[in-house]
Amino acid sequence: MRLKTTAAAAMAAIAFGSSGTAFANAELLKMQENPNDWVMQNGDYASTRYSKLNQINADNVKDLKVAWTFSTGVLRGHEGGPLVIGDVMYIHAPFPNTVFALDLKNEGKILWKYEPRQDTSVIPVMCCDTVNRGVAYGDGKIFLYQADATLVALDAKSGEKVWSVSNGDPKKGETGTSAPMVVKDKVYVGISGGEFGVRGHLTAYNIKDGKQAWRGYSMGPDSDTLMDPQKTTHLGKPVGKDSGTATWEGDQWKIGGGTTWGWYSYDPDLNLVYYGSGNPSTWNPVQRPGDNRWSMTIWARDADTGMAKWVYQMTPHDEWDYDGINEMILVDKEIGGKMRKALVHFDRNGFAYTMDRENGELLVAEKYDPAVNWATHVDMETGRPQVVAKYSTHQNGEDVNSTGICPAALGTKDQQPASYSPKTGVFYVPTNHVCMDYEPFQVSYTAGQPYVGATLSMYPAPGGDHLGNFIAWDADKGKILWSNPEQFSVWSGALSTAGDVVFYGTLEGYLKAVDANTGKELYKFKTPSGIIGNVNTYMHNGKQYIAVLSGLGGWAGIGMAAGLEDPTAGLGAVGAYASLSEYTQLGGQLTVFELPD
Amino acid sequence: MGLESSIKHVAAAAIIGGSLFAGSSLAVSDSDGDYREFTFNADTPYFFQDGKVDFGTYNGFRRYHSECHVCHGPAGLGSSYAPALIKSMDVMDFAKFVDVVVRGKQDGTLVMPSFADNMNVLPYLDDIYAYLKARADGAIPGATRPAKFPKVK
Repeated sequence: MRLKTTAAAAMAAIAFGSSGTAFANAELLKMQENPNDWVMQNGDYASTRYSKLNQINADNVKDLKVAWTFSTGVLRGHEGGPLVIGDVMYIHAPFPNTVFALDLKNEGKILWKYEPRQDTSVIPVMCCDTVNRGVAYGDGKIFLYQADATLVALDAKSGEKVWSVSNGDPKKGETGTSAPMVVKDKVYVGISGGEFGVRGHLTAYNIKDGKQAWRGYSMGPDSDTLMDPQKTTHLGKPVGKDSGTATWEGDQWKIGGGTTWGWYSYDPDLNLVYYGSGNPSTWNPVQRPGDNRWSMTIWARDADTGMAKWVYQMTPHDEWDYDGINEMILVDKEIGGKMRKALVHFDRNGFAYTMDRENGELLVAEKYDPAVNWATHVDMETGRPQVVAKYSTHQNGEDVNSTGICPAALGTKDQQPASYSPKTGVFYVPTNHVCMDYEPFQVSYTAGQPYVGATLSMYPAPGGDHLGNFIAWDADKGKILWSNPEQFSVWSGALSTAGDVVFYGTLEGYLKAVDANTGKELYKFKTPSGIIGNVNTYMHNGKQYIAVLSGLGGWAGIGMAAGLEDPTAGLGAVGAYASLSEYTQLGGQLTVFELPD
Repeated sequence: MGLESSIKHVAAAAIIGGSLFAGSSLAVSDSDGDYREFTFNADTPYFFQDGKVDFGTYNGFRRYHSECHVCHGPAGLGSSYAPALIKSMDVMDFAKFVDVVVRGKQDGTLVMPSFADNMNVLPYLDDIYAYLKARADGAIPGATRPAKFPKVK
């Protein structure tokens, strides 16, 4: 019955697409409660990636089998995952960003296909593969954020383009990879291109006509960052006038990075949208003195106006490329003996943060991989990580190779989202277990050209022979509960369910199911290519399905051949390392799993 | 090894060729100077001896990793959307290399942008070529930073 209701709601939305502001919000708030559907990339506004479905559970998951498959026809990295709304599944592909609507009533028959024409010159300005993290739904429309930074609204029923708007200029290195998010009458998109000196922003467009509602930059004067010097706070204190330029030298903030290519979350009660900003442009920290605010920052903005309520900079003056863009998971939970509206964030820098999402108070900041060594701890008063001089690429200076820094630039976790089960109270986190050598040097800025200025080598953490772990995390105590080693970095988003099963994919291409309480592996199946997509679940005709995109790529797919090399072995090691290409190859495919009848 | 080492580059090449890289011919300097005195030319683009390279080749390593790595992969090994340059160098002389980097190249969805405006690339074409040639010849093994790269200049 719920399925029918949702389908009806979707039909109504399509029929009355222009019915306005409140409708889209109410619609999505309600739709995210329906476990039969999967209406936004991370499952719900809180980004929990949790499903109340329990037909597939810890006892029977071992019997899982492939129900059906679908080729996207595209090579390269497939991040994100399908949306399911009633009888229709919407899936997307990397560049050229094809979108398919598949009919679940009719064996996945293609209802419509949309393939934008984009200038191929956008490909080389996309750092680390031409990925896309998925489409969004709202108000009877499917929102596609193309590689060339064009945001397109498609009629969900017909696939016809309703409107499109340019959110950036690829000639300046501005590209689109993130999944949009719809809140009320607006759709939010960020911008990619931190390695090209792009200045990051989050921008809201009216879902009805694509007209820009507001844009909040990561750095710049208060009029750009949408900050109130008195009312916007950092750890409870007002940020002060033009805090977005005050910690930059000269005009460097104009090419400051702080891009916004990760995930966005929303709390309807507080009416705040949460996201993180990325690294400050060049990887040579010597070239950009100061704290480089507000790169590497957790943001809480008013969903209607974009005004920043609070910010927290995790890695001031980044020296390691620890982008702060990972998802913010919003949970109401007892922290330190007190119920909190919490925000939990597993940052690239190797610290997992638990914050009060109402006021930005820092509650917990602990390492979620014991290998993390660039800082000893986070000072809970100042919020600053206590940097270890040996691993400071700035203190060691330009043209010096700082070695043995953990984590590597790809972070203890990259964009692959974690999951939270309210049933177990535990966070399930796909992680990297990779360290690096890092050598900064002088570079000059040219619009549309890479602005990097560092070399780096990546390899497994000391004493280890594996590049990833899948962990369970206690966000109150700041402790790892259990940790499963994985040969390669876990670059797939997790899913936890009321069936006490947690799902994730691996770079070799396995879909894995583990026990939510113990981490014990219960099932695995090897899909045709490495998985960097995010596992989803839905119910159709009374049957629960698990869906995931395969398709190796992204930074993981590119860099891992080097990552497995022993950096200390010199000449003798040539050819001795295991490459990911020995395990899997490129190729985009959706695989859907079910229990036998 | 002393800075005024008299070991000829040819000898170094022979050692490497004999141990690991039989069949590949290493491009080496025909000057008798050490890595600090080496100057680039298209036929002998890099100096390699006892793990040491000239500054240009080292700089090429840096520039490559800053500007080219994200597409062409660590150490020229290639990626899911750009060819392995350590293989391309077998069929690419210096003139062709310069041509492709300056003008770019387009072949379906394989797109090499023009780097004509890139001041982190254009002034260092010699260096990047030298590094890639050294990689292709096997003189610089692996993707990591060779330990004996000099910190001079």
